Amino acid sequence: MEWANQLCENRQFGSKMTDSKYFTTTKKGEIFELKAELNSDKKEKKKEAVKKVIASMTVGKDVSALFPDVVNCMQTDNLELKKLVYLYLMNYAKSQPDMAIMAVNTFVKDCEDANPLIRALAVRTMGCIRVDKITEYLCEPLRKCLKDEDPYVRKTAAVCVAKLHDINAQLVEDQGFLDTLKDLISDSNPMVVANAVAALSEIAESHPNSNLLDLNPQSINKLLTALNECTEWGQIFILDCLANYTPRDDRESQSICERVTPRLSHANSAVVLSAVKVLMKFMEMLPKDLDYYSTLLKKLAPPLVTLLSAEPELQYVALRNINLIVQKRPEILKHEMKVFFVKYNDPIYVKLEKLDIMIRLASQANIAQVLAELKEYATEVDVDFVRKAVRAIGRCAIKVEQSAERCVSTLLDLIQTKVNYVVQEAIVVIKDIFRKYPNKYESVIATLCENLDSLDEPEARAAMIWIVGEYAERIDNADELLESFLEGFHDESTQVQLQLLTAIVKLFLKKPTETQELVQQVLSLATQDSDNPDLRDRGYIYWRLLSTDPVAAKEVVLAEKPLISEETDLIEPTLLEELICHIGTLASVYHKPPSAFVEGSRGVMHKRLPARTGSGESTESPDVGTAAGGSAPEAAPSIIPSQGDLLGDLLNLDMAPPTTSGPPPPTTGMQMGGMDLLGGGLDSLVGISHSVDPYLGGDIGGSPAMGAGFGAAPAVMPASLNAPVGGGLGDLFDLGGVGMPMGAYIPPKIVWLPAMKAKGLEISGTFARRAGVIQMELILTNKAMSVMTDFAIQFNRNSFGLAPAGPLQVLTPLGPNQTIEVSLPLSTVGPVMKMDPLNNLQVAVKNNIDVFYFSCQYPISMLFVEDGKMERQVFLATWKDIPNDNESQFQIKDCHLNSDAASSKLQGSNIFTIAKRTVEGQDMLYMSIKLSNGIWVLAELRVQAGNPNYTISLKCRAPEVSQCVFQCYEAVLKN
Amino acid sequence: MIGGLFIYNHKGEVLISRVYRDDIGRNAVDAFRVNVIHARQQVRSPVTNIARTSFFHVKRSNIWLAAVTKQNVNAAMVFEFLYKMCDVMASYFGKISEENIKNNFVLIYELLDEILDFGYPQNSETGSLKTFITQQGIKGQHQTKEEQSQITSQVTGQIGWRREGIKYRRNELFLDVLESVNLLMSPQGQVLSAHVSGRVVMKSYLSGMPECKFGMNDKIIIDKAGKGGVTNEAGKSDLGGGGSTSGKQSIAIDDCTFNQCVRLSKFDSERSISFIPPDGEYELMRYRTTKDIILPFRVIPLVREVGRTKLEVKVVIKSNFKPSLLAQKIEVRIPTPLNTSGVQVICMKGKAKYKASENAIVWKIKRMAGMKESQISAEIELLPTNDKKKWARPPISMNFEVPFAPSGLKVRYLKVFESKLNYSDHDVIKWVRYIGRSGIYETRC
Repeated sequence: MEWANQLCENRQFGSKMTDSKYFTTTKKGEIFELKAELNSDKKEKKKEAVKKVIASMTVGKDVSALFPDVVNCMQTDNLELKKLVYLYLMNYAKSQPDMAIMAVNTFVKDCEDANPLIRALAVRTMGCIRVDKITEYLCEPLRKCLKDEDPYVRKTAAVCVAKLHDINAQLVEDQGFLDTLKDLISDSNPMVVANAVAALSEIAESHPNSNLLDLNPQSINKLLTALNECTEWGQIFILDCLANYTPRDDRESQSICERVTPRLSHANSAVVLSAVKVLMKFMEMLPKDLDYYSTLLKKLAPPLVTLLSAEPELQYVALRNINLIVQKRPEILKHEMKVFFVKYNDPIYVKLEKLDIMIRLASQANIAQVLAELKEYATEVDVDFVRKAVRAIGRCAIKVEQSAERCVSTLLDLIQTKVNYVVQEAIVVIKDIFRKYPNKYESVIATLCENLDSLDEPEARAAMIWIVGEYAERIDNADELLESFLEGFHDESTQVQLQLLTAIVKLFLKKPTETQELVQQVLSLATQDSDNPDLRDRGYIYWRLLSTDPVAAKEVVLAEKPLISEETDLIEPTLLEELICHIGTLASVYHKPPSAFVEGSRGVMHKRLPARTGSGESTESPDVGTAAGGSAPEAAPSIIPSQGDLLGDLLNLDMAPPTTSGPPPPTTGMQMGGMDLLGGGLDSLVGISHSVDPYLGGDIGGSPAMGAGFGAAPAVMPASLNAPVGGGLGDLFDLGGVGMPMGAYIPPKIVWLPAMKAKGLEISGTFARRAGVIQMELILTNKAMSVMTDFAIQFNRNSFGLAPAGPLQVLTPLGPNQTIEVSLPLSTVGPVMKMDPLNNLQVAVKNNIDVFYFSCQYPISMLFVEDGKMERQVFLATWKDIPNDNESQFQIKDCHLNSDAASSKLQGSNIFTIAKRTVEGQDMLYMSIKLSNGIWVLAELRVQAGNPNYTISLKCRAPEVSQCVFQCYEAVLKN
Repeated sequence: MIGGLFIYNHKGEVLISRVYRDDIGRNAVDAFRVNVIHARQQVRSPVTNIARTSFFHVKRSNIWLAAVTKQNVNAAMVFEFLYKMCDVMASYFGKISEENIKNNFVLIYELLDEILDFGYPQNSETGSLKTFITQQGIKGQHQTKEEQSQITSQVTGQIGWRREGIKYRRNELFLDVLESVNLLMSPQGQVLSAHVSGRVVMKSYLSGMPECKFGMNDKIIIDKAGKGGVTNEAGKSDLGGGGSTSGKQSIAIDDCTFNQCVRLSKFDSERSISFIPPDGEYELMRYRTTKDIILPFRVIPLVREVGRTKLEVKVVIKSNFKPSLLAQKIEVRIPTPLNTSGVQVICMKGKAKYKASENAIVWKIKRMAGMKESQISAEIELLPTNDKKKWARPPISMNFEVPFAPSGLKVRYLKVFESKLNYSDHDVIKWVRYIGRSGIYETRC
């Protein structure tokens, strides 16, 4: 470079004055002075004046008033002066069309000049003068120049056709310039070819359906030959044009690829990226088992990596494109993780893009390195970058299961830094980790709760509220935490409000006794005091659900959620395909189709990758899902957005009227407020939900787990039909029924093993005691694609020695989507080990695919034996004999049975009433129960007429069972 | 394609404004100034979309160059063009500064007219541009017809980078192998990433249209030659005299790119590098290696926090190359926390200074031979702060220059053939030099 500097110094030394002075003229009357100078006789002075005019033009001053004077200088031998006048003309011709005509003669004359440089200059400039009258005069000179003997003139004329087309497309067609342009593709000079290709491509873009470029194997061959010879820019035009071609078969595709690959070694990054585009597109057509296919894949990686040593702006373009390529073909760069590590002094835009790609490339093999890097990044200065790094740690946890634990502990470390935005970001990603691995990392909740006060961003607040709601049963002061948020309910963003509503409803369903007031408060805030329709609607839906059927509400709100997918923010496959066709261009930088940012007809045409033509390939289409995820098809969970709440979607459920009952109540209740709405609508709502249920399960949209949850609902439905109507919220808890069917209480079937955790096998079930035999009633559903056979079952040791009394009777193989109901008789003579909780049972189910484990809880009532009625005397003696320490007292709330009904109901479950006493309007029932292992439980039940709350005292030599027995009382009495 | 090109000074005043397309109006000039140059925030992307208009910008010292478009242009091409534009301007008038641009604005307009037509980049090789854009203006008029057609055929021709009829009394060429070695090392001395990005820069003063062939110890070429039993070029390798310590014969090049003069299809099929060189200085190729890199220096950091107000830093550097070679311009930069109040340094060799304005201790050593070791220790006093945020501990970085190629690359031959003129390969005087410099050479502490 030194010699260049020297040369330049010499040159400056040589010229007497510099041009910068032209920028400094700002005095008044300037235009007038310039006018005089322009009309001067001295050539030097004229030139100086024109320079001043151009300088003024540059800084944005209006010098159009000088038009005639400047145009007068056009007739000159001085090329420099001529160029300056042309520059002026291009700028102002449009505003002075009549006077611009004056220039035409000079142009026409110049087009005949002996010097090719002047001819070219004339035709180049004429094309830039957008005045209709001038374009007419342009046609003849242009026609000549297109056939000029000098290639420099021809290549300039080729571009001029595109210019003219932009001004007057019809004229270009009428004059037959398009055909001449097409002929230039066969020109002997490579630069003429390149410019002709560029011009034709541009014209073709505005005529999407014309076959202007008419690419066929012959013309492609010509282009490929020119590719080797023309300038770097010409190579880009040709490669971009090639990318629009669709080869006829895989063989042609391969031969083009072979001739394009040498371009990957070009020093110009744009040539490389355009070559990558052609290869990525044509590769689509190659059969995957071809040797050449894998060779090509290998050849693509090094040039892409080399792009990262270019200047930062180009790195940015390259990284945006690599982001697409990695999504389309992750195999290309899977071993190149290290080159995407962020350098300390990379510009921020490079850092952010690198981070994105690091996450996409993260895998079990490199996760340790990636995490170490991300941890470093999280301590950097730039807030956006740090946030993204923290988020990336969370995404690694979700993507690579083996790393989840390490990621969580890294996030906890980061939370300890107490840097506000780091903490908030960490909480948002931990929420996602919880959704991916439920019931695994809940131990960190306490740490999260400590940071509650520092959260000031809606997303972080919403995430934290979600966590509190989701794990309400494990957070002692969940109600207090949520209540604290509720105080400023109306100042929160919608996101937080919705989340708070859902979380409190969850909390209520989990801890109904303590949180009535809270739920009432939030429902009224959401429905009555809010203007937000989403919030209001969700509030009403919860309200109705809760008032009609809390059990169903539980099924809906607390249903198991589908796991979030591994890859977040993947580009949607059809868009990805389109963007791959636009590699190197702005579309690939914005990750948007051209139609999103280009006006007019250009770019509206959507590009597509070609379909594979090779034989031998089965139905495999370019499947991005499998390519990117790399997982088995049956495991693919539906992708749900990582933000927002799942329930938001689920609650869009369609309450369409079923055939059996009328439509839901009209919205007249709305004006009267929530109370009336509930009251008036309750009856029909219950009716609807009852009959709708079976098909709600299928209709709920997008969530298999939810469907299953609904399927179990009917068993618990009928109770509420006779509930008194019209009490508003008070009635929520008023759902006890009368006139219950007799017999042992059988809890509804619930899903014990969701299909997602068991490779497609779903097990739901319950326990029953029928005719003195304990039975485990199972429903096995095959939700996988393959047939399941060879079922077997085994129990872990448990508190009461439960064990299968026979083999699991699944005789026929279970086909996909088939369901089978099985009853498994149980004995109580198995090995005994005390479990916590007492009635916990760990089960292993085996089939031809794998062994799966789950645990469930059985109602202890099924262990109550038939000969559990104690003699009165023995009862009395035993009652006295058992120490008072062993007595425990419970409340059963909201039970509307009278003592007789209760007694007969309990008897159905082998809880025997031995005596009844009435004292001061209070019925005292004395009962006995015998468990299968011989333990006796004695009970005293106090029922007061008109008081729905019962009091029960239990006495037993093994007091640990009391809690379970109480639960049975509650379950039996309330169903 | 590119719709317009603007050049601004640091204040956002327009120095050059050239519009190529009708869809770009004068307001675009202001939009960029207001939204990018005057934006309060740091620039977050080199591509900005304002009101459906896309702006690509690069900065050279305090000059902004912006290309503007409303179409879906080839973004990589636009940036390559902007860089090229900078190169062309620099080769015409030197440093790109406000003053130089103002002084040469007529020339710049002339260049912009020539190298960008309707927004399509045209031949932008300075070698050929200088034959007809001279700013003397008059030259065009006094050329003979032959001269004119020679210019046009060169500008549009296959070999756009070299003109015919070059003559030198002494045919001479200089080859520089310039490498920058990049390293990121963990505090425990584990190499997190390391690569060499190298350039072969050539200055050729050769007569006529010589055909050149360049050979190096690339593994693939040598393996190929080995199979064929041809080792004809071995004798020339003394030409290099490089100083890599290991005796390895060939290196694995991850990837390389070439100047447009190199015949790429020939490289692809035969892996031979043949070309007709431009005249004067140019970059023949770039390459990248990641395997078997000789790391010239190893940095061993030890940072100890003594209480809240004191840090103890000890850094050892070890040179890892032939004892007969000398590294130069060695500089170790040890970052210090922002709340540093005082620093005491002791070093065995060279000079070390705490530079408060740069928040670093800078340790400079003029020369250091191979297989040596040196050490610095520093005590850093800190002001107590209530800033909760921990010090980020930026990595310790290093600069140096060594007289060998850390990648192990060696030039095996560069042959010159010129059939029309009567000089042969033996008459050409050839010089080869190897320089290894530190790129980003960092060790975390």
